[in-house]
Amino acid sequence: MTPILELKNINYSYHTSDGETKALSGISFALTSGEFTAVVGPSGCGKSTLLSLIAGLMKPESGEIFLNGEPLTENSSKIGYMLQHDHLFEWRTVYRNVILGLEIRGALTGESKKKAENLLEQYGLLPFARSRPSELSGGMRQRAALIRTLILEPELLLLDEPFSALDYQTRLTVSDDIGQIIRQSGKTALLVTHDLSEAVSLSDRVIILTKRPASIARIVPITFELKKDTPLNRRNAPEFKNYFNEIWKELNHDE
Amino acid sequence: MNEISHSQKLYLTRIRRHRIIVLTARVLILVLFLFLWEICADTGIIDSFIFSCPSKIALCFWEMVMDRSIFLHIGITLYETIVSFLLVTLCSILIAVLLWCSRKLSEILEPYLVVLNSLPKSALAPLLIVWLGATPTTIIAAGMSVAVFGSIMNLYTSFATVDQEKVKLVYTLHGTRRHALFKVVLPSSVPSVISNMKVNIGLCLVGVVIGEFLAARNGLGYLIIYSSQVFKMDWLIMSIVLLCIMAMALYAVIGVVEKIYQKRF
Repeated sequence: MTPILELKNINYSYHTSDGETKALSGISFALTSGEFTAVVGPSGCGKSTLLSLIAGLMKPESGEIFLNGEPLTENSSKIGYMLQHDHLFEWRTVYRNVILGLEIRGALTGESKKKAENLLEQYGLLPFARSRPSELSGGMRQRAALIRTLILEPELLLLDEPFSALDYQTRLTVSDDIGQIIRQSGKTALLVTHDLSEAVSLSDRVIILTKRPASIARIVPITFELKKDTPLNRRNAPEFKNYFNEIWKELNHDE
Repeated sequence: MNEISHSQKLYLTRIRRHRIIVLTARVLILVLFLFLWEICADTGIIDSFIFSCPSKIALCFWEMVMDRSIFLHIGITLYETIVSFLLVTLCSILIAVLLWCSRKLSEILEPYLVVLNSLPKSALAPLLIVWLGATPTTIIAAGMSVAVFGSIMNLYTSFATVDQEKVKLVYTLHGTRRHALFKVVLPSSVPSVISNMKVNIGLCLVGVVIGEFLAARNGLGYLIIYSSQVFKMDWLIMSIVLLCIMAMALYAVIGVVEKIYQKRF
């Protein structure tokens, strides 16, 4: 089976007039459909760079990226990207924020509007459709941002520390919530985070990056024997601590 | 409606009293000033030929209302100010968008904009008269010249400092630079466009009056220059008062526009 996403020997450097900073060095991995993968690494190691490359916002210096076996074209519509902050626009209502992507793509039809309403209803935001984003709680804002991404029906979801702007309490519930929504929709997801427990509780696989220039240190498969495999249940399972420690050691063993 | 508690009542009374004091003091200052001026002129403490006095100014205004000449002067100044203000707003938005579209262009033009903006615009007015003649066009151009360069620079700065992550969001939704402009940059810059307009309306009035000083046969600026030459101090001070009122009214109109925008969002 062709992997949905495949990276082959990706290199990337940042250039300033003071010199060159190598960010990524020889990154290769593949994602199979429906898989939830997390990428962890020391801060500033180039995790977000990796997502920008996959999203087609930047071009790798060398190496190739394949989407469904085809070379990645600029701004492939099969990829959805969730940023660190929800960036809901205050000058639009929640509903008009959600349809922003449809508007940009010129895909605003009666059918897609109906779909937006259905998604809002499904995620409990329909009563707030005409509200301003500032009237929503942190968790609801994140849901609205997720709907804005999901409505474009991406096959692959890129998540760039999407919960890091939330306070700890909200963060646990929102990551549980969003994690389950993504699982149920059967999307392939690539999550970048610096929070190891988030990575373990959400993903099927954790890719550990080294310090800059980032290369892959190890890939740890995550499996839980749970009746109801949700992020919150995982946090209470006995295996959780073991995975956490394993990744922690890998990240810190060279210090 | 809930029962208002005693302390809440006290608080509301305090606020009301504060407002009344401020308003009374404002009115009182004006009345006192006019009164003293009138008394001083009547008793000969100041020379009413040079300093004029409120009653003479009011009388003069009334005469000009009766022979309708004042409406021409007010109308022409108002017309020139509004036209130059609208042109400044339009031009500066268009040029700022152009600069935002090309970083190269904005860097190339930056020193020219800085020089033109810091130049005293009254120096340009004689040049404009030679080029365009002593016509309303010249005066409108003079009004524009005072505001337009600063306005372009302010708007460009506000366009360029829009949250880059919001712009990135548009690209992650597979938008183009055009989408970034219309969905993020322009809507998020509306508040700074309005505050920019507040500054510009005043500056345009300044430019129009400078223009009228030099090249007009009517308008409040012309009236000021003419009356100072023939020592009609009543006319002169009346024109200044009318300019004050006009400036306030124009500013208030933009204030209303701002209120309407804020209510919508």
